[in-house]
Amino acid sequence: MSWFSKTLNSTIGRKIFMSLTGIFLILFLTVHVAGNLQLLIPDGGKAFNIYAHTMGTNPFIQVVSKLNFAFIIVHIIWSILLTRQNMAARGVGYAASSGASSKWNSRNMGALGTVILIFLIVHLRKFWYVFKFGEVPTTTIDGAEVPNYFLVVNEAYSYWYYVVFYVVCLIVIAGHLNHGFQSAFQTLGLNHKKYTPFIKAVGALYSIIVPLLFALIPVMMFLRNL
Amino acid sequence: MNLTLKIWRQQDANTKGEMKTYEVSDISPDMSFLEMLDVLNEILSKKGEDPVHFDHDCREGICGMCSMVINGRPHGPKQAITTCQLHMRSFKDGDTILIEPWRATAFPVVKDLVVDRGAFDRIIQAGGYISVNTGGTPDANEIPIPKKVADEAFDSATCIGCGACVAACKNASAMLFVSAKVSQLALLPQGHVERKTRVEKMVAQMDEEGFGACTNTGACSAECPKEISLENIARLNREYVGARLSSENI
Repeated sequence: MSWFSKTLNSTIGRKIFMSLTGIFLILFLTVHVAGNLQLLIPDGGKAFNIYAHTMGTNPFIQVVSKLNFAFIIVHIIWSILLTRQNMAARGVGYAASSGASSKWNSRNMGALGTVILIFLIVHLRKFWYVFKFGEVPTTTIDGAEVPNYFLVVNEAYSYWYYVVFYVVCLIVIAGHLNHGFQSAFQTLGLNHKKYTPFIKAVGALYSIIVPLLFALIPVMMFLRNL
Repeated sequence: MNLTLKIWRQQDANTKGEMKTYEVSDISPDMSFLEMLDVLNEILSKKGEDPVHFDHDCREGICGMCSMVINGRPHGPKQAITTCQLHMRSFKDGDTILIEPWRATAFPVVKDLVVDRGAFDRIIQAGGYISVNTGGTPDANEIPIPKKVADEAFDSATCIGCGACVAACKNASAMLFVSAKVSQLALLPQGHVERKTRVEKMVAQMDEEGFGACTNTGACSAECPKEISLENIARLNREYVGARLSSENI
């Protein structure tokens, strides 16, 4: 192996894959929530449809979107690699295990991530797949005919079990982000007496605010449909 | 105090082990944890049974030999002490105490609670030293080192290599140990000459020994008898990536 692949394949190299892809996904979530909050604008979905149509047709966004999928896959594959390494490193487990010295979510990032993966599959099937390959009714905005994505979302969130599923998954995402945010910086070696407390505070706030804003969307849309 | 002990018994590395239950009575709360095990071993010896094997040496918290996971926590329930500094007053009369060896594939069980921590020695052998000639003792203050940096290097150097970090980590990662050993030398001028090669070789050896990856749970630092901080792990990652990108070692 070359020095480069050896570095990438070292324990620290593998962790850096996790942290860089994680940070990208954090950025993605920020844009995603900002865009999707337009679903809550009471204009019959006009703002959201314009936004979604732009996102779906803009070449730059299309490249970023492909990258996003690639990074999600890298994040998953490398987490499997690392989990296997970690399980092999323990070997025989303890009869008694105490959780006194670390947070629950930090110890269960893999389990939380698995729930997020299931969520992602359902989420992509329900929206992304339908938007891309399914039949989407159209609407006319300023004389132009565009797909009415709002209608698809609105219909999905009229079912209570769907809303509950989203809220539960977003709590799981919050737990994953709560550890992952600051952990990504620590892995990159960015630990500093001045900035680390700030990163931790931002991470803690981010992990609450972003999932909360996301959760507002299905909940509010469900309530409006009542 | 009367106690029920559940202790991992394993004949040797190749035999399957199991938890065995023992009762001890009239234990003084002033005894150290290891003295309590001495009492048990005397009883076992008198009965002609094999005493419980465990590592210990200085019994004053500086050698890093004692290594037991007590009720799921390396070195027991108290913070910043080794097993030998743990006293029975930290337990209650009638308690059941589970005692297990460090669990890591890289630390194979030798017998009962004794594990082979040779993996740590091999990591040190890979680069945890200074081999360049640094000359005689320089005059004081000839090499100005800020007190803060000296203190930091010294904090890292307090690591006694007991392996509690590996035992505590859910991934059996040795990153806290390796990072402390890399840091203590990287922070001081004498360590600078071999700085890059050192971190590259030590991390490579760490990986070869089969330790896990760091998930930044912080359990290692919380259970460390010397309270080695997580800042060391961040420094290790910085040192490693920097060295890999800029050193001439292919």
